[in-house]
Amino acid sequence: MVNRRTKNQQNNRIAIEGELTIYTVLELKDKLLAGLSDNSELELDLSEVGEFDGAGLQLLVMVKQQATTLGKALRFTGHSSVVLDLIDLSGLAGFFGDPLLIVRPSTQ
Amino acid sequence: MIPDEYLQTFVVECSELLEQMEQALLIVEQAAEDPEIINAIFRAAHTIKGSAGMFGIEPIVEFTHAAESVLDRVRSGGIAMDAVLAALFIEVHDHLQAMISRVAEGNQPFPEIDERSKILIAQLEAYLGEAKTEQPEQSAPAVHQPKLEREPGDTVAGTDLWHISLRFGPEVFRNGMDPFSFVRCLGKLGAIVELVTIIDAIPAAADMDPETCYLGFEISFSSDAGKADIDAVFNFVRSDCLIRILPPHSKIGEYQRLIQELPEQEMRLGEILVSCGTLTAEELNTMLRLQAQHGGEPQRPIGEVLVEQHLVSPPVVEAALEKQQQVKDNKRNEANLIRVDADKLDGLINLVGELIIAGAGTNLIARRAGMADLIESTATLSRLVEEVRDSALALRMVPIGATFNRFSRVVRDISKELGKDIDLVISGADTELDKTVVEKIGDPLTHLVRNSMDHGIEAADLRIARGKPAKGTLKLNAYHDAGSIVIEVSDDGGGLNKDKILAKAIERGLVSDGTGLSDKDIYNLIFEPGFSTADAVSNLSGRGVGMDVVRRNIQALRGSVDLDSVPERGSTIRIRLPLTLAIIDGFMVGVGNAAYVVPLDMVVECVELQAWVDSSDGHYLNLRGEVLPYRRLREHFGIDGEAVARENVVVVRYGERKAGLVVDKLLGEFQTVIKPLGKLFRGEKSLGGFTILGSGEVALIVDVPGLMAQVEHEKLIEQTAVAAAR
Repeated sequence: MVNRRTKNQQNNRIAIEGELTIYTVLELKDKLLAGLSDNSELELDLSEVGEFDGAGLQLLVMVKQQATTLGKALRFTGHSSVVLDLIDLSGLAGFFGDPLLIVRPSTQ
Repeated sequence: MIPDEYLQTFVVECSELLEQMEQALLIVEQAAEDPEIINAIFRAAHTIKGSAGMFGIEPIVEFTHAAESVLDRVRSGGIAMDAVLAALFIEVHDHLQAMISRVAEGNQPFPEIDERSKILIAQLEAYLGEAKTEQPEQSAPAVHQPKLEREPGDTVAGTDLWHISLRFGPEVFRNGMDPFSFVRCLGKLGAIVELVTIIDAIPAAADMDPETCYLGFEISFSSDAGKADIDAVFNFVRSDCLIRILPPHSKIGEYQRLIQELPEQEMRLGEILVSCGTLTAEELNTMLRLQAQHGGEPQRPIGEVLVEQHLVSPPVVEAALEKQQQVKDNKRNEANLIRVDADKLDGLINLVGELIIAGAGTNLIARRAGMADLIESTATLSRLVEEVRDSALALRMVPIGATFNRFSRVVRDISKELGKDIDLVISGADTELDKTVVEKIGDPLTHLVRNSMDHGIEAADLRIARGKPAKGTLKLNAYHDAGSIVIEVSDDGGGLNKDKILAKAIERGLVSDGTGLSDKDIYNLIFEPGFSTADAVSNLSGRGVGMDVVRRNIQALRGSVDLDSVPERGSTIRIRLPLTLAIIDGFMVGVGNAAYVVPLDMVVECVELQAWVDSSDGHYLNLRGEVLPYRRLREHFGIDGEAVARENVVVVRYGERKAGLVVDKLLGEFQTVIKPLGKLFRGEKSLGGFTILGSGEVALIVDVPGLMAQVEHEKLIEQTAVAAAR
């Protein structure tokens, strides 16, 4: 919570840092939706996401769906390892449709 | 605890659910198990638990959880829903109702309610314990519950994988859990072959609460672990999640059932099949390609293609299609209903009332000014106003069915209490009447139903001796008739004892003797106030207990009640109520300078008095051979002035009675907004209210039943006076 900070260097780019979990989704929902309504194109930088859970995942799904509804381009970039891990596990990579590096862990 | 704005919704919702639950239980008690009905009970319990959980009302959650667990067993065929269990669930229902009404009052449940909860939970758990002993057998991977296998789809579906369907409850995140941690946990028991995250439940941005969990999973899972072990992974979320685990090589019937149980709405058929493990993604892709190649012909449903290619068996596709149809139907029903505050409707109806009065005023002015086009346009306007009035009133109309259905419970309870076997037959449940009337008719009806069951229907041996079936029948019926609604309560019991009633009435001083009284008159004496005394019950074998209260309640609704009875065959009580309490179509008549309104529904015809010779002053006239009592409104209301040369008779009908009202002028139809008269006029039975005319003048509304009763009453006094004089 403390280490989360949202950079806004460029208007059409939001970087999420630290947690993208149940503890932060409430604030992030408004932030991301605001970002989406202000820009016709938005890039979400996930490279600094340190923690990611189901609540974070469903938030991303919602934002993505909202972008489709509004007819706006939304890209997720630089997925950090925790993000990749969960997206892979959930099988939602196809839904998000962003280029990402799939590293399927070898079966235990 | 619960914020006020939600409390109302919560309580209303729960009461509706409880009502559905009760109805379903009563059906279950009689009919054998019908999976649809058991499902209805389960859904009601489940939803109540969910809502109670949202507001953190722990006692209700705990209690419904126990009930739900038992119901779940019933659903899966582990426990049979017999009469004993159904009776227990009726108690469960009553207890829930008690708890929710405590919540409605804004209180936490009382300790004694807690005690009751504990007793019932213990009873419920006894069922679970019994079932648990059978459980190891059930949960062994290869052995299936025999109940499910009778379905036509007896073929084994191809996969040698477990199939797990998970839908997480909304509170999972807030309870500090992450759905994915369960998936990871599952990973330790075996290999997750395929996992589909179900995101269909995530609502649009505006409605989404990011802290509520909307996720679900469909998992194909390869493992050597037993069902109990896999099941145990979900122990922490069991209470508010939907968890279905299908062992490898399950029967097609089970997959079908799974498809039906899953809550998804938008899921396409293909996806359902894939995620249920009946079809692999590759098979689906092949299918899609095949379908695309058929490009020339109109798009064929994918299900058809799949069956043709022998990739899935027809029953599976049917189940999926059925599910999609259900979803559509549900949506349609939901979209068609809006919950509106009754006060808002009343406000609307008041406004429409004012509109009618204002419209009548405009009409009058237009006619006075003699402007043809203005008259024409006011005519159009008043037609529209009339339509608005009708649809506004229709908004308040509700079918009486819901009220009737409540009585299946009453009848069940009382027949147990009395040890009589009684059937309730309901007809005319679709008959609509004003909501206010529906609310107020409940009490009098309960009274009548109780009376009929208690004193009307005889004990089984007496019934058999009289050559009737041992099982008594009580009928509730409703229908529309001449601008009023008629509600009948009839039984096939012993009927009323005429002699005893008459003796009682004479003893009470209600009548001097029985001369001139028809059977019907005598029966209806039980509605007289003096009749309801405690010893009347024992002396008269009942009836007449508080019947005057019933009649008073019904009269307060501008209705009336009467009774027919045939000795040893039964009796019928008929309640007649006005359709609406606010606005009526009236027929305006003039007497002297005053205007009166007669409800148009009751007017049969208008004739000139001269044409039907006024034979004597006995107040009867010969209407095409029929004897018609009549009354001059001028005399009745004591209006001064000379009678006009050509008087008119308005023939009115109420129930089975007809009468003529003699008036000076016929003024025609008039939309009438009924305004209540002040307290001063309370004693005047022949006036039902007043209305304001377009000119701003006041017209009195004639209460036809009241007038008839008054006339008859006076006649009776006259007759007895004459009889006494002799």
